[in-house]
Amino acid sequence: MSKHVGMEVSIAAAEAVGLCDVDVVAAYPITPQTHIVEHLSEMVADGHLDAEFVPVESEHSAMSCCIGSSAAGARTFTSTCSQGYALMSELCYIAASLRLPIVMAVANRALSAPISIWNDHADLMYARDTGWIQLIGEFGQEVVDLMPIAFRIAEDKRVLLPVQVNLDGFTLSHVIEPFLMPDKDEVKKFLPPFKPQLRLDPANPVTFGPVGMPDVYTEARKAQDEALKNSKPVIQEIFDEWGKQFGRKYKLIETYKSEDADTIIVTMGSIAQTAMTAIDHLRSQGKKVGLVRFRVFRPFPAKELFDAIKGAKNLVLLDRVSAFAGGEISAPVALEIKSVLYDRKHYPKVGNFLVGLGGRDVTVQNFEEMVERIAAAKDGELGAYEFINVRE
Amino acid sequence: MAKETGIISWKELNLGIAITTPGNAAELKTGDWAAQRPVTDREKCTKCGQCYIFCPDMVYSKDAEGYYVQNYYHCKGCGICAKECPVDAITMVQEGD
Repeated sequence: MSKHVGMEVSIAAAEAVGLCDVDVVAAYPITPQTHIVEHLSEMVADGHLDAEFVPVESEHSAMSCCIGSSAAGARTFTSTCSQGYALMSELCYIAASLRLPIVMAVANRALSAPISIWNDHADLMYARDTGWIQLIGEFGQEVVDLMPIAFRIAEDKRVLLPVQVNLDGFTLSHVIEPFLMPDKDEVKKFLPPFKPQLRLDPANPVTFGPVGMPDVYTEARKAQDEALKNSKPVIQEIFDEWGKQFGRKYKLIETYKSEDADTIIVTMGSIAQTAMTAIDHLRSQGKKVGLVRFRVFRPFPAKELFDAIKGAKNLVLLDRVSAFAGGEISAPVALEIKSVLYDRKHYPKVGNFLVGLGGRDVTVQNFEEMVERIAAAKDGELGAYEFINVRE
Repeated sequence: MAKETGIISWKELNLGIAITTPGNAAELKTGDWAAQRPVTDREKCTKCGQCYIFCPDMVYSKDAEGYYVQNYYHCKGCGICAKECPVDAITMVQEGD
């Protein structure tokens, strides 16, 4: 039976990882991710979790250790963010290409400089081309649920790819929320033991990560591309199974009051909650505004996204990262959504707004301003993107 | 081992292009990388074996008469053997000549 508990989201995330019967946790602390791995190390030290905790000397070593342990057949977890992610990123590409089902929580934080320990999506966007599956939680219960779901997706024989569970640093990782915490036996039913297809085994020697000559590299990349492509229906299937067993239903793209909306806000993560408050307020004034948010950013759910936004005349596309591209093209989230629209010959009015950078609050008023800005903008008036809430 | 030397469809690759046959690097033809190949003048050769010792690709092996002969399947034409030969018995010859 699931239990009602109240705790910090980071601690709950660590408890959820514990429910997954992990074998190895290799991690280096970095704010605002620290509480997750700190609590896991306590669980191991106190004997509550039968796992190996490897206190490595850097994030680069953390992911190296995870690659080794996952290749040896162990269920492996790590967590990081921001500069830590940047340091380990070299290995993250390798983990995906070697098809190792590692799960990593990323407590999303801005990238330096200036040094910022606060929340935005710089690390989430930095990671988007590494070949990992990217899941995003909006509030605490989602983060808890996404941990067993992430392992189940990663280890599915049709997928075998590493999975990131993203949660906003501080605004989600450090808040205290009520949870329904599943019990270990329930999770065991959902998540069977990890049985690797290939593993490091002295009795049957294999080489992971050999050189790929020009006559095999393209084929290797094509095979990896297909794996990520084919993961999309499996992810939804596993969400559905979770829903059936635990009653909480998830989709690749989540919506709020978007069916009849003229204007749709597209975002991801915890600010979706502020957006919903703004939408309720705008709806009370008779304005038809809705929300569409990404639960999964990689693989990019283009069809599901398009189906959710195609009815709207105006799209407010939020990016929580500064993309230095020279000012003539949009930031990553809007850029990708525009490519979806172009491919389907569908051209609504689109505004790309850069918000909530390095921990700057995104208020209900900010959302209302963006909705008004796009409604009032004449054709061609909105450029590639605009900064919101910036002092002149 | 076409499967692991890569001349196959992407659909047939091992998961994560792992290699499941140890030692199969020997099957990879690196000889076609060469622009020059080493040729030994047996008149000068003293059978000292320096070429065999210095070759980074295990190209040389001893024949019945005690001479060291090249296996061009693996020779990349680096020229280390010609440089190290103490009696200048090895000449690098342009491929195609």
